[in-house]
Amino acid sequence: MAQATTTAAPATAAGRKVKFIITRRERPDASPFTEEFEVPYRPNMNVISALMEIQRNPVKANGEKTAPVCWESNCLEEVCGACSMVINGKPRQACSALIDKLEQPIRLEPMATFPVVRDLVINRERMFNALKKVKAWIPIDGTYDLGPGPRMAESKRQWAYELSKCMTCGVCLEACPNVNDRNSFIGPASISQVRLFNAHPTGEMNKHERLEALMEEGGIEGCGNSQNCVRSCPKGIPLTTSIAAMNKDTTKQLFKQWLGM
Amino acid sequence: MAKGNSYLPRKLHSLLGVIPLGLFIIEHALTNYSAYEGGREGFSDSIDFLNSVPLVFWLELFVIWLPILFHGVYGLYIAYQSNINTGRFSYGRNWAFALQRITGVITFIFVAWHFYETRFQITLGNVSHEELGQHMNGIVSDPLVLTAYIIGVIAATFHFSNGLWAFFVSWGITVGPRAQKVSSNICMVIFVILSALFLLSLFAFRGDEFATAAAAALSSVSIG
Repeated sequence: MAQATTTAAPATAAGRKVKFIITRRERPDASPFTEEFEVPYRPNMNVISALMEIQRNPVKANGEKTAPVCWESNCLEEVCGACSMVINGKPRQACSALIDKLEQPIRLEPMATFPVVRDLVINRERMFNALKKVKAWIPIDGTYDLGPGPRMAESKRQWAYELSKCMTCGVCLEACPNVNDRNSFIGPASISQVRLFNAHPTGEMNKHERLEALMEEGGIEGCGNSQNCVRSCPKGIPLTTSIAAMNKDTTKQLFKQWLGM
Repeated sequence: MAKGNSYLPRKLHSLLGVIPLGLFIIEHALTNYSAYEGGREGFSDSIDFLNSVPLVFWLELFVIWLPILFHGVYGLYIAYQSNINTGRFSYGRNWAFALQRITGVITFIFVAWHFYETRFQITLGNVSHEELGQHMNGIVSDPLVLTAYIIGVIAATFHFSNGLWAFFVSWGITVGPRAQKVSSNICMVIFVILSALFLLSLFAFRGDEFATAAAAALSSVSIG
């Protein structure tokens, strides 16, 4: 723990400070630089509350004033995925990153696999495009009342609930060595969503459309089995099992297409 | 296939790596191992057997050369498309992912060099099938070349064994974590066995038996 030695530290518990090294950039096309901050320690702080502190008092560790650090956050309970960033080398949510459990200095970087908008703010649009591409929804609209759909077994619903925990946070894409500028791979999250929607009794009726979307450029074949995604997913979604299950279904789909079944 | 669709070539790359190339590497390991087990005679019998296979040229072309060319060239493209992030994510499988690409490139270079030194020299008429054992002896007698061969052979066997694991995942055969764990163990056993077969044969080729020019070379072997 970095100790605040002298000068006008605000009145906090024993003057303890939390040290941050934050990778920043001013504009999407600007080159990144780092700035150091020392934030007064409070019990049970997380990275978001520390960033709020920097926002209130945007002064660097060396005493110089700077622009407040930008970040995104919303739910503050690890269900929205907005505050994903690289914390001490690992992509995760800032809201559930407790200061007491982090080694200092705490290094914050944007998930640069995505286009960086400013400081820690990234653009996850490619993930939403991927969900559109694989049709990650259940089409129920018709010109007349289609009536109730088939029932889903409770045991299956509970199983599917685990897959539905995906919050499109982008951590799996950041961890994946095949999601980069040279590769068109859509990433693990949307592949797992195909599994979710294909498991739904109504969604199943359009199963082939989602599988065919995975069999296009940048689809499921982009997976190189590094399995970083499943190790990184904050929601514990069995991403590699989903990918392998979709490998099985796309393989079947491939043979169906060839044999004209 | 839709314009610019990477699905089918990637699938073909995966398939060719096991059938036929995986079968070929096993055949190659067994043929070489006959040099360790049966010495000069055993190795020469194995070569005679291979050359007695009907349509051997066409088999070589369609079962070995063309698949290797596609798998190798497309594989270089796959390696180019991948980042290596084992520094940030030092998990076993991520290391295997990185090694798969590194050994793939090493194997590509090794196979090209090894093909030039052996099979291509036969095509040129510089070496006959009967002289192959002796020819190999000449190659691996140099400790530096032997080291390069050991690296090349281990890279190739790892690339095949780990690639076989990935093949089972990519075709949806091993889906759950337990199935993948079991298949990973089996594939690593295959890696050890194949490496042992190749290494034993490399050291067998260094033996005096293969060094002597020997009159036995003019035996009654058919040339394929």
